[in-house]
Amino acid sequence: MEYVTILMVFGIALLVGGAMIGLPTLLAPRRATAVKAEPFECGKDLLALPEGRFAIKFSTVAIFFIIFDIEVMLIFPWAVQVRPLGWPGYLAMLVFLGILMLGFLYMWKKGGLEWD
Amino acid sequence: MSAALVPLAPLLLVAATAGLLIVLDLLPPREGKGHLGVVALAGVVAALAGALTLWGREGRAFGGMLLLDNFAVFLDVVICYAAALVLLLSMDYLRRNGMESGEYYILVLLATLGMMLMAQAADLIVIFLALELMSLSLYVLAGLFRGRLTSAESSMKYFLLGAFATGFFVYGIALIYGATGTTALDRIAAASGGLQRDPLLLIGFGLLLVGFGFKISSVPFHMWVPDVYEGAPTSVTALIATGSKAAGFAALLRVLFSTFKVAQPDWALLLWVVAVLTMTLGNVIAIAQSNLKRMLAYSSIAHVGYMLVGVVAGGALGAGGVLFYLLMYTFTTVGAFGAILLLERGRQEAVELDDYAGLAARHPLLALTLALFLLSLVGMPPTAGFAGKFYVFGAAIRSGYIWLAVIAVLNSAVAAYYYLRVVVYMYMREAEGVPTRPAPSFAGRLALGVALWGVFQLGLMPAPVLDLAQAAVAPLLR
Repeated sequence: MEYVTILMVFGIALLVGGAMIGLPTLLAPRRATAVKAEPFECGKDLLALPEGRFAIKFSTVAIFFIIFDIEVMLIFPWAVQVRPLGWPGYLAMLVFLGILMLGFLYMWKKGGLEWD
Repeated sequence: MSAALVPLAPLLLVAATAGLLIVLDLLPPREGKGHLGVVALAGVVAALAGALTLWGREGRAFGGMLLLDNFAVFLDVVICYAAALVLLLSMDYLRRNGMESGEYYILVLLATLGMMLMAQAADLIVIFLALELMSLSLYVLAGLFRGRLTSAESSMKYFLLGAFATGFFVYGIALIYGATGTTALDRIAAASGGLQRDPLLLIGFGLLLVGFGFKISSVPFHMWVPDVYEGAPTSVTALIATGSKAAGFAALLRVLFSTFKVAQPDWALLLWVVAVLTMTLGNVIAIAQSNLKRMLAYSSIAHVGYMLVGVVAGGALGAGGVLFYLLMYTFTTVGAFGAILLLERGRQEAVELDDYAGLAARHPLLALTLALFLLSLVGMPPTAGFAGKFYVFGAAIRSGYIWLAVIAVLNSAVAAYYYLRVVVYMYMREAEGVPTRPAPSFAGRLALGVALWGVFQLGLMPAPVLDLAQAAVAPLLR
């Protein structure tokens, strides 16, 4: 039964969001002209697509970021508990960091960090 | 702490070798990565030896997430054999195709690590992690020949369908966790005793079966098999056909027999149908194939059907028979793919049936070797295939599944047609056009020799290994 509240949250979110998008299309007056359909109402011509273009290399950077992301994600909880965990915990973290550094070293030496 | 890690020795050996390979790959010489293959092979053989010395020991590690029992040891051995043979085969194969790279060996070892983890996992989350480690490595390996469209297609198909199947698998884990409140296999077993007909548990279990069905490529989750097997580099195909299948069966058998023991009548009936469909579909479509890799892909689907016969039969005979079958299937299939991998016509790999016409006249030894592997796939005595089928079908009859055994035997008869057709081409046809030649590769020949030894060792003296296989499933059945 406790899940009903969650369902209600979903329902209300759907209702509010739907109303915000739906009501204007019903109520607002619409007089579309060619000028209004342009991206910039000031009349400035478009230079490029609104999404822009970006280099595919960013995707590899995003993957490299995961190395450090995972590192931080696991080091924070470990740091809180470092004293109760003692030396075995310290060694386990060293092994983990060693494996991560192996991956980092690999990507570095293979030229993954060079832009061109 | 070090004593607690002993049960994981085979895993750690493979993992350490993979780490070593990453370092070695970065060091000079930049060109020529042949030495990495030797190091990888040494690591896998060491893991194999390590697993053999751990026979009879039981233990758990990492808070019971991983375990070691005879079942895990047996499958570790099967997987290590598969990986070692594949590594031997790939050394010259990669150089011939100009794709020799350190990454290949690293990824093969990581895939092997994932497979072995699946055999030693005692928790659904660990099974999932191991499955992903294995699958992600294999997705990349399937697309290793970047320049070939078929290789890229194979990698893409494998990845998309595999990711989809993994989704089912994780959803199943989530529902089982919802029903029982745990992901540990033994505690699920304890909790599911009182939840016989809980829909949440049943749906979760069904979704798990979908995930496993994809990994072992049973009907109706087999669609990816022919394209992936055909497009992937042949050495990788051999690894997908043997190692990943053994790993899938490892986790499947553990989940079925030890965790969902209470539901055995239900899943036995379900798998009865799946087994019949799998072997019939595999065999019937294999008849129409003229590409040898594609034919072996459908044949591998059919063999999964035979293995499922053993799973349905259950008990020490049935489950032990499946383990025996996996070992014999590993030797036979790696051998068959290995023979294909060694043969080339012009600059192309010899994969079409016509490429094999008249092979026996010019290269009698290699033709005989391939013929023996194919006969083992048919199930002809005195090869290992006969012993494997005999035990699995015998277990089905012993458990009262007479019709299942009858259908399986009829299927084997159908299968003989397309295996023997290759033999007929090799021995009774005249070669035309550019001759097919075997590549001069010592490592490849050594791999074929080891596989042939396995086929005859298991074929002529199957009883000792069957005893070991039955001892291996004992921890699951108690």
